[in-house]
Amino acid sequence: MHDRYSRQILFSGIGAEGQEKLENKHALIIGAGALGTGSAEILARAGVGELTIVDRDYVEWSNLQRQQLYTEADAEERMPKVIAAKKRLEEINSGITIHAHIIDVTPVELEQLIHGVDLILDATDNFDIRMIINDTSQKYSIPWIYGSCVGSYGISYTILPGVSPCLHCLMENIPIGGMTCDTLGVISPVVQLVIAHQTAEALKILTEKTDRLRQELISFDLWNNQQSTIQVRSLKQQQCKSCGDHANYPFLDYENTTKAEILCGRETVQIRPSSRETKDLETLAIKLKKLGKVKQNPYLLQFTIGDDRLVLFRDGRVLVHGTNDAARARSLYHRYLG
Amino acid sequence: MNLLVNGKRIQVPATVKTITDVKNHFNITNPVVIVEHNGEILDKAKHPEKEVADGDKIELVQFVGGG
Repeated sequence: MHDRYSRQILFSGIGAEGQEKLENKHALIIGAGALGTGSAEILARAGVGELTIVDRDYVEWSNLQRQQLYTEADAEERMPKVIAAKKRLEEINSGITIHAHIIDVTPVELEQLIHGVDLILDATDNFDIRMIINDTSQKYSIPWIYGSCVGSYGISYTILPGVSPCLHCLMENIPIGGMTCDTLGVISPVVQLVIAHQTAEALKILTEKTDRLRQELISFDLWNNQQSTIQVRSLKQQQCKSCGDHANYPFLDYENTTKAEILCGRETVQIRPSSRETKDLETLAIKLKKLGKVKQNPYLLQFTIGDDRLVLFRDGRVLVHGTNDAARARSLYHRYLG
Repeated sequence: MNLLVNGKRIQVPATVKTITDVKNHFNITNPVVIVEHNGEILDKAKHPEKEVADGDKIELVQFVGGG
């Protein structure tokens, strides 16, 4: 018997009883980027018995600055992220079970993934999937922890179904064309701070010490030396469609999901967002010009970066050229358009 | 005028009179932002009219997507 968990058992908040609970728990981590790799490593080292990691992407050189499970060889070989992550995590802890899935998560996949799961950790990069996680969490009564960062700014919030206001209560609308790490950059220390908040909350949930949960929305800016915690209990909406008295989980409805369709014979995927709002192509053009080549006419905007070419229409549709892979197209869409 | 914004004391020009002015002062264009003013979370509709005064404590939390 190793004493690998001895320091964690010595910690009074967890103890031998908490350690045993961790060993019998299953956490689902959605996204294996900066937040996902960091959270997965902490939970694997902590001895959480079962981890499921899902991601649709492969490792690139620009990931290595902050995505802690990956190596130069993974980037060189364009290794799918979850495969590289699983390999490294099994080297770290061979006593736990790690499931890896290379998939693009929609409501259908998520409903299959959540069986036997005690906690969902958000390590995604867009609000389409977060609203799907939020509704699934409410429908199946599984807690989830929102985490996000851009630049030097980070934010985290824990949602216990039936107790906390859900993400839909907090956000009246879903931001589209928002800030992402691929448009504004990100520094590793803020990633680590978000991970610290998410995994501390995760350990409390998995050891069933929910009375220790933070219950506040926390945000911080490590470059500008600011931080904030807000008690958001008053934002719980009884009429919320995701967690209210007559919840119907709107984001699990196919009509409200962002769709990707392969256009046959054109090596193009069309992305159709759920909202029908008219897009401000002019503001988007200013942002995208900093990253690549932008060409515009009154009806559409063409953005070229490296080998990738995206064409955006005012009605929100985007054509991703040069691929027949819907997951790759979605990945590029969220990377540059939020 | 001095304001305590996200735990940091900040001096803003006299032209800053409302919560919307404070958001503009910090170039916050993010549509999803929660504002707490002296311990009370404000309805978004009230941001343009809610006046701020010297010494007020303001928390601005922006929802971002990256990860």
